[in-house]
Amino acid sequence: MSALTKTFKSMSKAKLAAVVVAIAVIAVFPLVFTNPTVTEIAIFALMFMATSSAWNGFAGSSGYFSLGHAIFFGVGAYAFTIIANDFKMAPTSALFFLMPVAGVFAMVAAVGVGAVALRTKRHTFVVITIGIFFIFQLLGFNLNVTGGASGLQVPTPSNWNAATFNNPFYYAAAILLGFTVLLYWIIKRSAFGLQLLSIRDDEERARGLGVPVWRVKLSAFVVSAFPVGMAGALFAYLIGQIYPQTVFNPLFDLSWALMTLVGGIGTIVGPLLGGVVLESIQQYLNLYLSNVDIYLIIYGVVFLAVMFWMPRGIVPTVVGAVKRRRGTPTGPTSIATSDDKQPAKPDQTAGLIVTAKGATE
Amino acid sequence: MSNFLRAVIDGVLTGSVYALMAAGLTLIFGVMEVINIAQGILVVLGAYLSYVLSVHLGIDLFAGLIITIPVMFVLGVGIQWGLMRRLGEREKVSMSILVTYAVAIILEGVLDLIFGPGYLQLTAWYVNQSIHVFGFYLPYIYVFGFILAVGLLGSLYFILYRTEFGRSLRASQQNKTAARLIGIDVNRVAAITFGIGVAVTAAGGMVFGATTAFNSNSSADLISRLLTIVILGGMGSIGGAMGASVLMLVIEAIVSTYWSPTWATLVFYMVLVLVLVVRPAGLFGQKAVRAQ
Amino acid sequence: MTDLIEVKGIAKAFGGIKALNGCSFTVQKGDIHGLIGPNGSGKTTLFNVMTGYERPDAGSVNFNGKEITGQSPGKIFRMGIGRTFQLTRVFSRLSVLDNMLIAAQHQHKWFKSALRSPGQGGERQRALDLLDFVGIARLAELEAGSLSYGQRKLLELAYLLMADPDVLFLDEPAGGVNPTLINQLTERIRELNAAGKTILVVEHNMEFVMGLCDRITVMHQGVALLTDLPATVRSDPRVLDAYLGGVEEEAEGGDPDSMADATFTQADRSES
Repeated sequence: MSALTKTFKSMSKAKLAAVVVAIAVIAVFPLVFTNPTVTEIAIFALMFMATSSAWNGFAGSSGYFSLGHAIFFGVGAYAFTIIANDFKMAPTSALFFLMPVAGVFAMVAAVGVGAVALRTKRHTFVVITIGIFFIFQLLGFNLNVTGGASGLQVPTPSNWNAATFNNPFYYAAAILLGFTVLLYWIIKRSAFGLQLLSIRDDEERARGLGVPVWRVKLSAFVVSAFPVGMAGALFAYLIGQIYPQTVFNPLFDLSWALMTLVGGIGTIVGPLLGGVVLESIQQYLNLYLSNVDIYLIIYGVVFLAVMFWMPRGIVPTVVGAVKRRRGTPTGPTSIATSDDKQPAKPDQTAGLIVTAKGATE
Repeated sequence: MSNFLRAVIDGVLTGSVYALMAAGLTLIFGVMEVINIAQGILVVLGAYLSYVLSVHLGIDLFAGLIITIPVMFVLGVGIQWGLMRRLGEREKVSMSILVTYAVAIILEGVLDLIFGPGYLQLTAWYVNQSIHVFGFYLPYIYVFGFILAVGLLGSLYFILYRTEFGRSLRASQQNKTAARLIGIDVNRVAAITFGIGVAVTAAGGMVFGATTAFNSNSSADLISRLLTIVILGGMGSIGGAMGASVLMLVIEAIVSTYWSPTWATLVFYMVLVLVLVVRPAGLFGQKAVRAQ
Repeated sequence: MTDLIEVKGIAKAFGGIKALNGCSFTVQKGDIHGLIGPNGSGKTTLFNVMTGYERPDAGSVNFNGKEITGQSPGKIFRMGIGRTFQLTRVFSRLSVLDNMLIAAQHQHKWFKSALRSPGQGGERQRALDLLDFVGIARLAELEAGSLSYGQRKLLELAYLLMADPDVLFLDEPAGGVNPTLINQLTERIRELNAAGKTILVVEHNMEFVMGLCDRITVMHQGVALLTDLPATVRSDPRVLDAYLGGVEEEAEGGDPDSMADATFTQADRSES
């Protein structure tokens, strides 16, 4: 806990103010915008901000691009539904407390998936996560416990006021988001976070320096399954009916990857920004454009545009531009500036530094 | 026994077509170290092209390949020039997966918009008529498809090992920098390789569309099978991909004969997982898949 | 003098090529020990075997009387052997300071320390001190990937020192370093040695090696030809023979140890 208070203290005032404002906006949003269509879009936006943060928390930090995190979404949704049905739980606000339980089921699944997939090299990992994803989807279609292709019915609260029906889901999604962001904010500042980044940069060297690579990778993978599993549970409760193809949805991972890359991979704010913008657009198109194909096309085009014109994502690009304007020489965001300033300053201590011809590399 | 034999023959014949499609995928990976997730939808596109030619212009499916193969080749070159060439070296493989995934969903959206979600199947006399072998009936298309696939794989082999271009290609595959130094235009090789890798989907898609009912959604299943095959075969190894295709399709046919077709697809991925647990480099992979 | 590291009959083949062919020698505690030999004589392979990056086909390596053959690189590092690479291995997208902190990670119990912030308990200060020691403290906040080749070599040396290993294996520390500054590098290595560290150096720069090392082992065709004092090695006819043989080899493939070549390989590596 002391680590937590310390990290809070390390925040600048401006950042702290931004966080407070963001929390306030999220808190009053459904009170201002009461239209159920709007709040539903907002719920999805919050949910995808949380899940793409989790995706980024693993993939962005470790360099292992997962296309199988939808597994955990599906496992969470099914765990939630099956438990609620089997124990005949009443559809009340108390049912939201089943979300963490569903998250734990997702983590258990992640231990198994990770134990297989993380043994392979990066690009095989991407592909193997797709393969394992399809195993889960097929299981969803073929098992009795999941109800096969006809899916499962989820108990729906019947006595909630129609006008504010969405609000409990909204706040559950908001809390999920808050939890996820806090989790990754702590991780990013921790030794664990640094170890993950070292794996991204040079896994073998990290191992050679005594970083417990396997343990770090697997725990990061399993931890990231938790918010995704909870989101799956929330999705099931909100929609009231789940099918294998809606919860084990192959487009989820692409969405998370896209949101993360648009916003800025490896940053905290990036997936949040990408999530809120893209998911709102997607939900809007979904509602007002009955044609799914159009948004597939739009999605793909946006993705390509971002990848090629803003490959580092919005947040790092903007931060880099601002810092350049202020003239702050920050290396990490801009290789060009740091290159410019290193030669020709032969001070005594730097005597050993050699640019030689190597500077060109 | 005749059931078993039938399953094996079925597996070998369809396996050859998968081998062709997977060969394209693994060839692209071998030369450029990029994974083309769009291969699945390109196969479906190939099937739709054949459909348009045969239904609207009355061109025979096999004759239509003379048109569709060059079209797909050009499309492949276009994807390489327009997109893949611009990828940075950092996280190249993962990025290529995302980019081609985006290409795939765009194509899927377009195809769905044009043709709708309904299932189609290509028809011709050789699709509808069967020959009698070993006590069961087999549509001619399986045999013709097999001959086509073997023929094209043979030409691919010829190109790779008997031509000047093949030499450049294999040189680029082994060491890009060295290839560049001895005067090989690596960008050109990459574009042509991507073209060839995609061109095979025209033939693969035609046979696929004639043996299976398809719609734009079929691509997800296709690409995951092809990727499974390519990984099992050891990424970048064409021979491995061929072996893995036949092996996997035979296993699938046997499982669906003796157990149930619904579980057959599952077995496909199960084999992948089991193999990777034992041999992370794949069944036939000699060189361990390189770390980035 | 006590034997700190004992290499006995190490053999290692890649395909049909025998990189090491029964190589044996000992490194004494407190020495600066040089490892020289023509290209392809197996120096780097030997380094890899000794630090766990490569598994030998035969033979053993003892460190402090304990056998370390075939242990994982991480384990060997924790036992107190730190190494640098000929082509530097820094974490290119992390800051120089973070690179330093990674090397300190293994000193904590993982489960207890995973969530604490890195650099606590004076670690950060120590990292800055060590960066200052090698002369790149002013670069602490830069992304490591933006450093020059020589700077990376220094960073790699500095982050190893974070772990305070008893033994340092340096793979061509002077390769790519401006000749006029090699003296200062020599000084740093001497200081480390004076502080009690045993150092094993692979190096091509003869002047550097002769001036620095207490003892030198000459490698040739996968075996240790001899181990002796620099002056003796210099005048041994076998050494001359080994190198003359090597000169012809080098003439064919260019000089792979020149700076131009080192950067070429570096660029090549980042591309693949």
